[in-house]
Amino acid sequence: MLEKALYGSKRYYAWLGFLMIIILAGLAAWFKQYDYGLGITGMSRDVSWGLYISQFTFMVGVAASAVMVAIPFYLHDHKVFGKIVILGEFLAVAAVIVCMLFIFVDLGQPARFLNLILHPSPNSVMFWDMCVLTGYLLLNFIIGWTVLGAEKKGFPAPGWVKTLTYIAIPWAISIHTVTAFLYAGLPGRYYWLTAIMAARFLSSAFAAGPALLIIVCLILRKFTSFKTSTDAIQSLAKIVTYAMIINVFFVLLEVFTAFYSNIPGHMAAIKYLFVGLDGYNNLVPFMWTAAILAFSGITLLLIPHMRQNEKILTFALIAVFIASWLDKGIGLVLGGFVPNAFGRVTEYIPSVTEIIIILGIYAVGLLLLTVLYKVVIGVREYSIDYDH
Amino acid sequence: MNRRDFIKTITAFGISSAAVYGGLNHIGTQAALMEKNSAAQQAKRWGMVIDVSKFQNAEDIKRVAAACHRYHNVPDIDDPAHEIKWIWQEDFEHTFAELESEYLSETIKQLDFPVLCNHCDNPPCVRVCPTQATFKQEDGIVTMDYHRCIGCRFCMAACPFGARSFNFVDPRPFIDEVNPELATRTIGVVEKCNFCAERLAQGLDPVCVEASHGGIIFGDLEDPASPVRKVLNENFFIRRKVELGTGPGIYYVIKGGKAGA
Repeated sequence: MLEKALYGSKRYYAWLGFLMIIILAGLAAWFKQYDYGLGITGMSRDVSWGLYISQFTFMVGVAASAVMVAIPFYLHDHKVFGKIVILGEFLAVAAVIVCMLFIFVDLGQPARFLNLILHPSPNSVMFWDMCVLTGYLLLNFIIGWTVLGAEKKGFPAPGWVKTLTYIAIPWAISIHTVTAFLYAGLPGRYYWLTAIMAARFLSSAFAAGPALLIIVCLILRKFTSFKTSTDAIQSLAKIVTYAMIINVFFVLLEVFTAFYSNIPGHMAAIKYLFVGLDGYNNLVPFMWTAAILAFSGITLLLIPHMRQNEKILTFALIAVFIASWLDKGIGLVLGGFVPNAFGRVTEYIPSVTEIIIILGIYAVGLLLLTVLYKVVIGVREYSIDYDH
Repeated sequence: MNRRDFIKTITAFGISSAAVYGGLNHIGTQAALMEKNSAAQQAKRWGMVIDVSKFQNAEDIKRVAAACHRYHNVPDIDDPAHEIKWIWQEDFEHTFAELESEYLSETIKQLDFPVLCNHCDNPPCVRVCPTQATFKQEDGIVTMDYHRCIGCRFCMAACPFGARSFNFVDPRPFIDEVNPELATRTIGVVEKCNFCAERLAQGLDPVCVEASHGGIIFGDLEDPASPVRKVLNENFFIRRKVELGTGPGIYYVIKGGKAGA
């Protein structure tokens, strides 16, 4: 089936070439980092995780969100998702690989990464995260590839795939729960020490992931023969709406607990993010942008005739996606390191090399996604011809 | 393969395996010797009492930190983002942030506190390490295998005491004079105080204890007759962030012992 990805329009090749250039730039930047050390990034003794780990966290959510298409389709027989369920699965595949790359570039000794397997440590959440992410990658790839292969041949998918799709549903929840546990079990990091961390992660994932999927569907509709039905898009948009409302609700719950209890440790990070702490306020504009985008996105999505207008819908989805990214892909990880173990604030500004590496990894993800989707479209186009 | 080559191969194989076996055996014997070193200091749970009254000249902590860092080949990196610290100075307000009060006496406010790894009873860093590169010894020392560390820095996020440093850059150019008895670290691994486990194995006290002129008392917390327990019996002490349940093994006595203050 992969041969479908080898032939395409000029625009297709140009897009792949563009991504390859970014990937090569990212690779070159990573070699520079490998040579010099992580000192080339903006991370420090106090903010010891930066954008790499926060992008990892955000993308685990995008990967898990495939379940928001899978549950209605496989468990509730919501047929309008029939055509796009594979897009969700392949989005998950690309997203998990992006996650793994972010972990890899974050390691101080990347050549030793196999120590994770050579010295398995069930007491470490990172060990479990590696297990569930690898499993999720395999599940989605096997399901997507087999179903598509059967579709190409005009046969129904084999029965065991059905079993795998049922396994993949709780598995998707597990990857983001385990990722939340990376943070939620650490003593002394009050911004992360919250019982609803996993719930927050899932809700923001189920808003940002499907929002991205709809945007991708709209792009595919414009440039390719893959036409997602308006019903499917509107259905997904409702899922985004409710997930985003729940996500914002959870954030407000955190604010209540921190400020009504008045416990300094719980208030400090929230203050740092939204008003600044001890005169440090780098993230304040980002967090308020997130807040404004979140509320305007929700408002537009909630009003039916706004949601049904695809131009406004696109704007609302981009707003929701960026808001979730700012909250989880920036604020969550960085806020957790403020204040440090001594009550001091250290700020973090990513370096240019770091940003190029990040762009390179996202380009790898987009390249994978493009190739996988090209295969899907190729198979579907062929079967359409066949039908005629 | 003719007969001659066969015999040559077999002989070469035999000699090399004998050499490997002998080598392994030698390593085994050495390890056993280290275990049985009768001079080694042993304890059920090593712990430390810091008599803060003995650290009130600006030079006191600097002297102790310099001795520690020289002995352990800790690089001297000026940049606060990348610096490596095993033991260093903090003030009361930052060491015990949760005890802060506006009515704190100026004397207390201006006290200098040496801070280092707390060698916790329930160390979060050990719990989160995905490769067991950080582990707790039977004698309570939380230590590291620098060759196993993958540099994920999960331990730094987990440590509530800020005791861990990461080699963001190659540390070796920042070591003035290498102590050949101990290793230097490579780029990309985490490091921290190890209570001088290698000195205890030789029957010596930790470097900071020796350099502190009596300001740091070291011993077995489980032995009621140990010097640390004596000081704890006679003085009021505080520990950092006990509410987190990690069980820190560093005890601070502020007023000093009978001889102190």
